[in-house]
Amino acid sequence: MIAGFTVAQVIVACVAGLLCTVLGLARRRPNDLTLGALVLVEVLLLAQLVIALISPALGNHPVGSVPLFYVYLISALLIPPLAVFWALIERTRWSTVVLGVAAFAIAVMVVRMQQIWTP
Amino acid sequence: MSGAQNTETPEAAAPVTEARTRRTGSGVGRVLVAVYAILALAATGRSVFQIIDRFGEAPVAFLLSALAGVIYIVATIALGARLRSLALVTISIELIGVLVVGTLSLVAPALLGLHSLDPFGRDSTVWSAFGAGYLLVPLVLPVLGLLYLRGGRSGGSARGAARKAKA
Repeated sequence: MIAGFTVAQVIVACVAGLLCTVLGLARRRPNDLTLGALVLVEVLLLAQLVIALISPALGNHPVGSVPLFYVYLISALLIPPLAVFWALIERTRWSTVVLGVAAFAIAVMVVRMQQIWTP
Repeated sequence: MSGAQNTETPEAAAPVTEARTRRTGSGVGRVLVAVYAILALAATGRSVFQIIDRFGEAPVAFLLSALAGVIYIVATIALGARLRSLALVTISIELIGVLVVGTLSLVAPALLGLHSLDPFGRDSTVWSAFGAGYLLVPLVLPVLGLLYLRGGRSGGSARGAARKAKA
């Protein structure tokens, strides 16, 4: 992993989480902005996957458990699509809050992934 | 509204049921289901990994972790499918679990076979140190869950009252 990219990703996930939670509590239904925020979070996770796959070849080896790292990464990759899927089926303001909860969960998981990579 | 409940046709009773389902079904309870789903994923994922990777290190703690994961999964399904009593039982077990295991992990870690109190450590579980490794979500969530179920019950008894009026 690259620490700088991780920091950027955590900030994006937290901003997305805050945005969706606030808009959801303000009775907004899921819209292009909130769904797009989760798509951005997912794209960054996919970038993280690419980085994790090529980093060892460039001499950036994980210090912690590699399987555990991928358990986190693969679980994290599943969360935004599930939240977006939920929001598309159930177009209520609470689904917007769920999008926010999902984004915050990603922020926490990415921090844990960084801890596993460089304990 | 009360006049509508007194007319005893199923058609008249339906709006009451519908209103209740809408309130518990797509209200703040949905957020609770989502948080539960994420915690279920986190707890189960971690315990499965710990059991496969190093079961011998702290078998009691890891089995408790796995049990917690299963309970979170059942609670998620119970809340999502509105199985009130199953949700009540599983959420109560969670609250007792996090309080008992949380206390034991701090007072007598050896009893659980724990080697350190670090909530992010190798043998920490979802309930260790009251769920500190999960931002205390395991401690707060059952309380919110029970409050939510309590709030929903008034809707349930309103429907019960409507049913009673019917009979």
